[in-house]
Amino acid sequence: MNRTNPQRLQLERQPMEPRALKSIVLSAITIVCAVTACIPLFSVLLMLVYRGGKRLTLELFYTLPPGAFDAPGVGGFGNAIAGTAFMVGIAGLISIPFGILAAVYLAELDPHSKISEIARFCAKTMTGLPSIIAGVFAYAIVVLTMGHYSSWAGGIALSLLMIPTVMLTAEEAIKMVPNPMREAAYGMGCTPSQSLIKVILPVGMPGIITGVVLAVARAAGETAPLLFTALFSESWLSPNDPTASLAVLIYNWSSSPYPNLIELAWAASLILVVLVFILNIVSRSIGGKTKL
Amino acid sequence: MADNKFLGNAGGRTLSKPPTPGDIFFDKSFRFLTRAFTWATVFLLTFIVYKIGGEALPAFSDLGIKFLFTSTWNSSQDVYGILPQIWGTLYSSFLALLLGGFFGITIAIFITQDFLPYRVEFVLKNIIELLAAIPSVVYGLWGIYVLIPLIRPVANFLHEYLGWIPFFSTRLSGLGLLPAVLVLSIMILPTVAAVSQDAFKAIPHKTKEAAFGMGTTRWEAILRVMLPTASGGIFGALVLGFGRALGETMALAMLVGSMSTLTLSFFSPADTISALLANTFPEANVGLETGALMSAACVLLLITLIVNVAGAVIVAKATPGGDKR
Repeated sequence: MNRTNPQRLQLERQPMEPRALKSIVLSAITIVCAVTACIPLFSVLLMLVYRGGKRLTLELFYTLPPGAFDAPGVGGFGNAIAGTAFMVGIAGLISIPFGILAAVYLAELDPHSKISEIARFCAKTMTGLPSIIAGVFAYAIVVLTMGHYSSWAGGIALSLLMIPTVMLTAEEAIKMVPNPMREAAYGMGCTPSQSLIKVILPVGMPGIITGVVLAVARAAGETAPLLFTALFSESWLSPNDPTASLAVLIYNWSSSPYPNLIELAWAASLILVVLVFILNIVSRSIGGKTKL
Repeated sequence: MADNKFLGNAGGRTLSKPPTPGDIFFDKSFRFLTRAFTWATVFLLTFIVYKIGGEALPAFSDLGIKFLFTSTWNSSQDVYGILPQIWGTLYSSFLALLLGGFFGITIAIFITQDFLPYRVEFVLKNIIELLAAIPSVVYGLWGIYVLIPLIRPVANFLHEYLGWIPFFSTRLSGLGLLPAVLVLSIMILPTVAAVSQDAFKAIPHKTKEAAFGMGTTRWEAILRVMLPTASGGIFGALVLGFGRALGETMALAMLVGSMSTLTLSFFSPADTISALLANTFPEANVGLETGALMSAACVLLLITLIVNVAGAVIVAKATPGGDKR
C-alpha cells in the first residue's frame, strides 16, 4: 500500500489545523498592535514638521513673544529658549555632582552597607516621584521663602527629577568598569580616591555622560515642575523673576484663542522635540560606542 | 643603563611611594563627601515627604476628613473636596493601564520572542523608547489639535447608538477623559514594554527550547510557558506603569477638561489630582486654598509612593537583575 505513514503525518506542519491557525492569528494581532503603537510617534512627528515647520525661522530664537493683537507671523520665543537653558543648567549644576558623588559611594566605596541599600531604594522611589510633586516641593521651600517665583525655584524643582537618573546610571556605569583596572590602580599604590578620580571615573565616564544627557533631555521637556516655580514671563531672562521656558510656553499657548500663538506653540514643540531627540541620539552614540 | 629605557619618563624617581599625609587627608575627605551625598539622597526624599506633609497638615485638620469625600472645589467660599479628583486619578490611570498595558506586553512579546530579524527588532525597540522621550506637553498639544478632532466623531457615534451603556453616556464635546486616557496610555506604554522585556529576557533560553521540544506552536509556548514564567515581572511592570500614570500631569491638565464630576463615562470631562494642582496652583490664594492644594499633593504623593514602591519590590523579586529601572 502506498499510504502515508500516520505517525509521519503528525510531525508535519498542518497550516489549517486549529492550533497552527490560532498561532497565525495571534501573530497577526501582535503585528497590528506593534504597528498601532508606532502611529502616535509618527503622527506627532509629522504634525510637528507640518505645523511647526511653517513657522521655523531664525527670528524665533531672538525675538520676544508677540502681544495678543500683533500681526500674525510676528514674534518668537528667545526668552523661553534662554530660560529653559538657564534652568536646566542650574538643575545640572546641582544634580550632576550630587548624583555622581553619591553613585561613587554606592558603587565603589561601600556598596553593601545599610545606608547604601536605603539610599539606592530612595533614589529608585524618587524616579517614580510625580513631577508635579517636585514643583509643589520647590514651591514650598523656595517660592514661599523668597516670596516670589523665580528661575532658581524652577531649576531646583528640575534638579529633583535629575538626581535619581544621574545617580542610578552613574552607579551602573561605575560598576561596569573592569576589575583589572582597579587592581592595577591599587597595585600602583593609589589610595581609593586617587584610583577613583584618575582611573575608574575616567573609564566609566561614557556611561556616566549617557545618564547625564538623558537626565538633561528629560528635564528640558518637563513642564509640571515649572508651572508654579518659574511661572512664565514675556520678557528676557532675569534669574530672580518669573522665567519663561519652552515647555510652559507650549502649555500656556496651546489653549489660547490666538492662531499666532498656537502656531508659535507648534514651532516651540518642534524645537523642543528636535532638541530632546538630539540629546537622546548623542547619549546613545556615546553609550553604544564604548560598551565595556 | 638599559633599565632606564623601560622606566621611561619616571627617570630615577621611584614609581610607587606610600601615600603622603596630604593624600590620606584627601582620601578621607573624598570618602566623607560621597558618604554625605549618599545620606543626602535619603534626607531629600524624607524632606520632600515631611515638607509637603507639614504644609498640608494644618489645612487638612481645618478641612477635616470630608476633604477626601466631598466634591466641591470653591475657592471663594473656602469649600474644598477632592473626591472627584481622587476618582479621576484612579479611573484614568486604570483605563490607561488597560490600554497601555495590553500594547506594552504585546510589544514586549513581539520584541523578545524572535518574531523579527534583529535589525527590525532594534528599530522597533528604539521607536518605543522615543515615544517616552517626547515631552508630555507636546503630546498634550497633539491631543488637542490632532487626536480630539479624530476621535470625536467616533465617540459621538458610539454615544448615539450605545448611549445606554454607562461608559458612553455623554457626548464628547472636546476635552474629556478619553483623549486624556489615550495620551496617558501612550506615555506608560514604554515603561510597561521595557520592564516586561526585561522579565522575558530573564527567562532561561532552555525553558522555551523545552516547550518547543514538546511540540508546542509558537503561541502555545508564549501563552502557556513564557507568560506564566514572566508573570511576576510583568505584573511589576504593570504596577510601575500604573504609578507613572497616577503622577502624570500635563497630558491630563491639557486634555481631561478639569471638571469636578464623578462619572463612569469615557467621554465626559473629569479631573485628576495632578491636573487640579497644575491648573489651580498658579492662581491659588495663599492660605486655606494653597493648604488644600498641598493636602491634595500629599494624597497624590502617598498613593504614588505606595504604588511605586510595590512595583519596584515586585520587579526586583520577580526578575533577577531586572530592577534597574
